[in-house]
Amino acid sequence: MSTGTTKLDVVVSDVVPVNDLVSRFHFRRRDGNLLPTFSGGAHVVVEMRDGERTRLNPYSLMGSPLDTREYTISVRRDDVGRGGSLFMHRSVKPGMEMVVSYPVNLFSLDLRAKKHLMLAGGIGITPFMAQTAQLAAEGGNFELHYTVRTASLGTYADVLRARYDRRVRLYHDDLDERIGLDRLLSTQPLGTHLYVCGPAGMINWVRDRAAALGWPPETVHFEHFAAPQPGLPFDVTLAVSGKAIRVDEQQSLLEAIEAAGVDPPYLCRGGVCGQCETNVISCDGKFIHNDHWLSEEEHRSGKKIMPCVSRFEGRSLVLER
Amino acid sequence: MAAKSIISRPVYGTLSPQPGKHHLFIADAEGALAIAEMAGRAPPRFFDDAEVVFIPGPDGKHTVALEALKPAQFHQAPSFASLLPRLRQTLANAHMGLRLYLSGTEGLIGQAMQVALEAGIDHTSIQTEHRGSLARRMQCVHCKGITENVTTQPATCAHCGLLLLVRDHYSRRIAAFQGVCINAEDRSEIPPMEEIFR
Repeated sequence: MSTGTTKLDVVVSDVVPVNDLVSRFHFRRRDGNLLPTFSGGAHVVVEMRDGERTRLNPYSLMGSPLDTREYTISVRRDDVGRGGSLFMHRSVKPGMEMVVSYPVNLFSLDLRAKKHLMLAGGIGITPFMAQTAQLAAEGGNFELHYTVRTASLGTYADVLRARYDRRVRLYHDDLDERIGLDRLLSTQPLGTHLYVCGPAGMINWVRDRAAALGWPPETVHFEHFAAPQPGLPFDVTLAVSGKAIRVDEQQSLLEAIEAAGVDPPYLCRGGVCGQCETNVISCDGKFIHNDHWLSEEEHRSGKKIMPCVSRFEGRSLVLER
Repeated sequence: MAAKSIISRPVYGTLSPQPGKHHLFIADAEGALAIAEMAGRAPPRFFDDAEVVFIPGPDGKHTVALEALKPAQFHQAPSFASLLPRLRQTLANAHMGLRLYLSGTEGLIGQAMQVALEAGIDHTSIQTEHRGSLARRMQCVHCKGITENVTTQPATCAHCGLLLLVRDHYSRRIAAFQGVCINAEDRSEIPPMEEIFR
């Protein structure tokens, strides 16, 4: 069994549409007990049994860490993705029994900070729902800057404004409202930590500006789950277990390895935690690296791959699994 | 250069210019040379946004070399204690983008870092370079008294008089090495005292 992926048997206690794209799912323990405690920024991996297929997708817990009667996640429908979010939106109904992992936090607050500056884009708001609840409960100093496409797609913008008033600042893309990033970053008191969750472009932009303006890397936290990208099917030999497998178009390499009955370690399934790092024994072809874990040098070396998000195109690939 | 030891023992690097809006240097004695050497690797006009705080050593040297860098502010102090209120004030009013550079004796680096940690700067975000004396600031783990400029092993606690083994075990919070009684079983046993932290 994978590190930190002990399973929880849950039942869907509620499904609430939030707006045109986002629905919220509530889970309670089937045995009626409290769920394990978690901290703001944690995620769970949700098992989706969709006929023959099992998908395992990570979602940030967005409820208050003070309430462990239920876990809540919000899922944005992605009509061109690999189908996990569509399954959640179409097939998951109240009363359904599901399995989720124990919570894991790869985006935790640094509680030594004097102030927490949070930047969210779109559905990247979800970890901040839990983090703001955690901080508000202990009198923590935070400020949230949230960029949304339109007011109607501003998931939980109204909730956050009602809860935290002027500690939440909204920016609407359709009204051409832009965050004054350099000014914002240059006027923060010493001891501030920065947290950013949103599209890859936003994360890169914020990290670059923060670095240029003298924010030490230890003070900049970000979370970007790269959903596994579909691609051409490819064949892989697993040298340790002596298996030959095929990775389908819509399947990740990790999922294909698991489907063959091999159980590599994993935590985030989004290319950030490093758990599923796998050695390449030999290959003839090119890698399509999509992770945020390996260094550029390691990407070029052709010696390692993160099977949760990365793919391969070519004649042969032999992995140490 | 300090020898490698247990993980708790601080290790120091070489000052290097960091991206930032404001650069605060604190140095004592030969620590000034680390700043002067770093200036050779810094981009043009780097010291336009810099403040240098200097505690000269007993020889009174290096002030001219630092002034020659033309930092936006240059401040000299007779001791760390005397600059403490100013340092606290500076950090309390500072914004993200301030970078801290500490160079000189371990006592100076440790005490300045202690103030910086209280202000919310992570110790890994601070540039440090050790120059000059290896004399240690030591806390007696028994009476908690701090003895400055310890150069011998073992060393006598200036507060309670116990003979202490000066450990490499270091506290960033207290900015001191830990001293533990070396002859607790038999106080009549007096190991030879050697001057090893020079």
